[in-house]
Amino acid sequence: MAVTELGWTGVPLAMFAGAIRVSTPFLFVSLGECLTEKSGRVNLGLEGTLVFGAMSAYAIAYLTGSPWLGVLVAGIAGSCFGAIHGFISKLPKVNDVALGIALMMFGTGSAFFLGKSFIQPQAPHLPSIDFGFWTSIPQLKVALQINPLFFVGLAIAIAMSWMFRTTRIGLIVRMTGDSSATALAMGYSVDRVRLLATTVGGFLAGVGGSFLSLYYPGAWNEGLSSGQGLMAVALVIFARWSPMMCFWAALLFGAAGAIGPALQSIGISQGYHFFNAAPYILTLVIMIVSISPKRSLRGAPGELSITR
Amino acid sequence: MTVINPMSSEAGTTLSPVRVFFDQVRTASEYVIIPLLALAVTCILFSGLLLILGQSPVDFFELLWRGGFGTPFSWQNTLTRSSPLILTALCVAIPAQLGLVIIGGEGALVLGGFMAAITALPFLGWAPPAVVLSVMAIAGVTTGAVWIGVVGALRYYRGINETISSLLMFYIAIAIMNFFVEGAFKDLANPNKPSTKSIGDANMIGKIPGMDVHWGFVVGIAVAVILWVLMNRTTFGFAARITGGNIRAAKAQGLPVGLLMISACAIAGGCAGLAGFFEVAAIQGKANASLAAGYGFTGILVAFLARQNALAAVPFAILLGGIAAAGGLIQRRMGLPDATVNVLTGLMFVVLLVSETLYGRIPLFKPRES
Repeated sequence: MAVTELGWTGVPLAMFAGAIRVSTPFLFVSLGECLTEKSGRVNLGLEGTLVFGAMSAYAIAYLTGSPWLGVLVAGIAGSCFGAIHGFISKLPKVNDVALGIALMMFGTGSAFFLGKSFIQPQAPHLPSIDFGFWTSIPQLKVALQINPLFFVGLAIAIAMSWMFRTTRIGLIVRMTGDSSATALAMGYSVDRVRLLATTVGGFLAGVGGSFLSLYYPGAWNEGLSSGQGLMAVALVIFARWSPMMCFWAALLFGAAGAIGPALQSIGISQGYHFFNAAPYILTLVIMIVSISPKRSLRGAPGELSITR
Repeated sequence: MTVINPMSSEAGTTLSPVRVFFDQVRTASEYVIIPLLALAVTCILFSGLLLILGQSPVDFFELLWRGGFGTPFSWQNTLTRSSPLILTALCVAIPAQLGLVIIGGEGALVLGGFMAAITALPFLGWAPPAVVLSVMAIAGVTTGAVWIGVVGALRYYRGINETISSLLMFYIAIAIMNFFVEGAFKDLANPNKPSTKSIGDANMIGKIPGMDVHWGFVVGIAVAVILWVLMNRTTFGFAARITGGNIRAAKAQGLPVGLLMISACAIAGGCAGLAGFFEVAAIQGKANASLAAGYGFTGILVAFLARQNALAAVPFAILLGGIAAAGGLIQRRMGLPDATVNVLTGLMFVVLLVSETLYGRIPLFKPRES
């Protein structure tokens, strides 16, 4: 392990690098989930979308040799899943939470099914931007290799929070999420707004999946996702439905996920699994501390089934 | 859940009893025919998928039948797999009667199995198998009950969504088990796959006489029957279903809503913990990562197929157990990936949820007016 020579100072560095690497899929999935939930629906199926996106990106990148085409196809595949969710959950009496679980099973199942033949071959990776040109410390150089998708995610987070705050589209999405009756009275189709929000959310989740298979860990296999898609639901609650907070929360979750490997690299392997579970424990504790049955969460869309 | 139209039953002085009976059959058949229709549509869609991939649907369903239900051997495999599914389906179905969607049953199963395996350790070698197994069962059930009971308590006292918290606790449960299995309780005799020390063949639960199926299947059915009676024929079940129908009305009636929620969740977790106990005591003999085999997640599908009815969970658990059992045969004979059955079950779940929208919409199932 390269970090060993730096000793303890390597731990924050590894955590920084890990936070950026690990957080990117979190960021995309949570932004997608944030948009969906802002419109008043929950898509628990983003885990399936993420895994399917990872598989399709890897397959396309392998077949065409272009990783960016893979990212695009992953997004399109993701938006198909989002559209399916949006379309089915507008039918009366269909539970959107249960549908999400169903689509998660279907998405991961079909990703494993179609992706079986892509486990062995090596697809081209996404290139990264080298910010470490000024330093000669190899660890720092590696840590500063940052994937452009991270910046794309940041840009989307900024754009989305601007959209929610100042634009008409943002207002319509927020209104649909807070009160479907108001949106209806204003002449907007609630189902169509939610369908579009879920579709775009699925696109983002698919792109998040492509990062997993094309950059870090950077290969397609069946254990690729460790539940990032499901975690995103908790992460959005943690971030109080704010896109910028989703960005910081994704970084925090990424750093929490990077503690384990970072400590292991300097020889501390005790409690490794608890560090892996750190994001989950963190979310649960924060939910216990911050939610109360007496008042609803600040920022929570009024129509959301999971906070009512 | 069956709504009998007052026009036909109460104001039915003009209606003959035969007519009332047929109306009841008509309304009840909705709950049988719509799920069957959903299964048929799933098969059609999946056949289309296979045709696109150039595979024969006839071969697929023939192998599915042979691998799941066609021979005595496959029946044994199916029933062995269906016994945890009955219990994990109950883990979803019981809280669902109160309107709670618990999806973390897998966590209770894993932790219940793990606790069962480690509480057995001090008793090994000197205590009779009956004692060891009783201690293990109590440990498994209690652990599961506490694990999901906490989810219910968090929901009632802190307003935390039970779906999210049970999911988070599933990941935490996996971490707890891995931590101890690879650490304090690691069996050094088996370095390849970290596991707890085996409970020994003498302490394993035996098979049902004449079959290669362990007793967990019988216990699963018994638990399903008991819980069906509890939810449908007792005041506890009645109060629980009122809470599920309208929580404010239940509170206004003075029902102990919190107690109902927590106890329903504890019962549910106990079922999943029991499933974990059987996986350890009848199949694995020790706790390791194999406990998280996805029974908890398939159980969600079983519960929804059964429309959260404890008794109906049994046949659907057998159906899903059969599909899982046929997976290996399909993989070998048709060269399809092992995830094929996952696609089938996922598709089934989606179609089933779409079919929910049909309830109350088909005139055939409505009692005739006037």
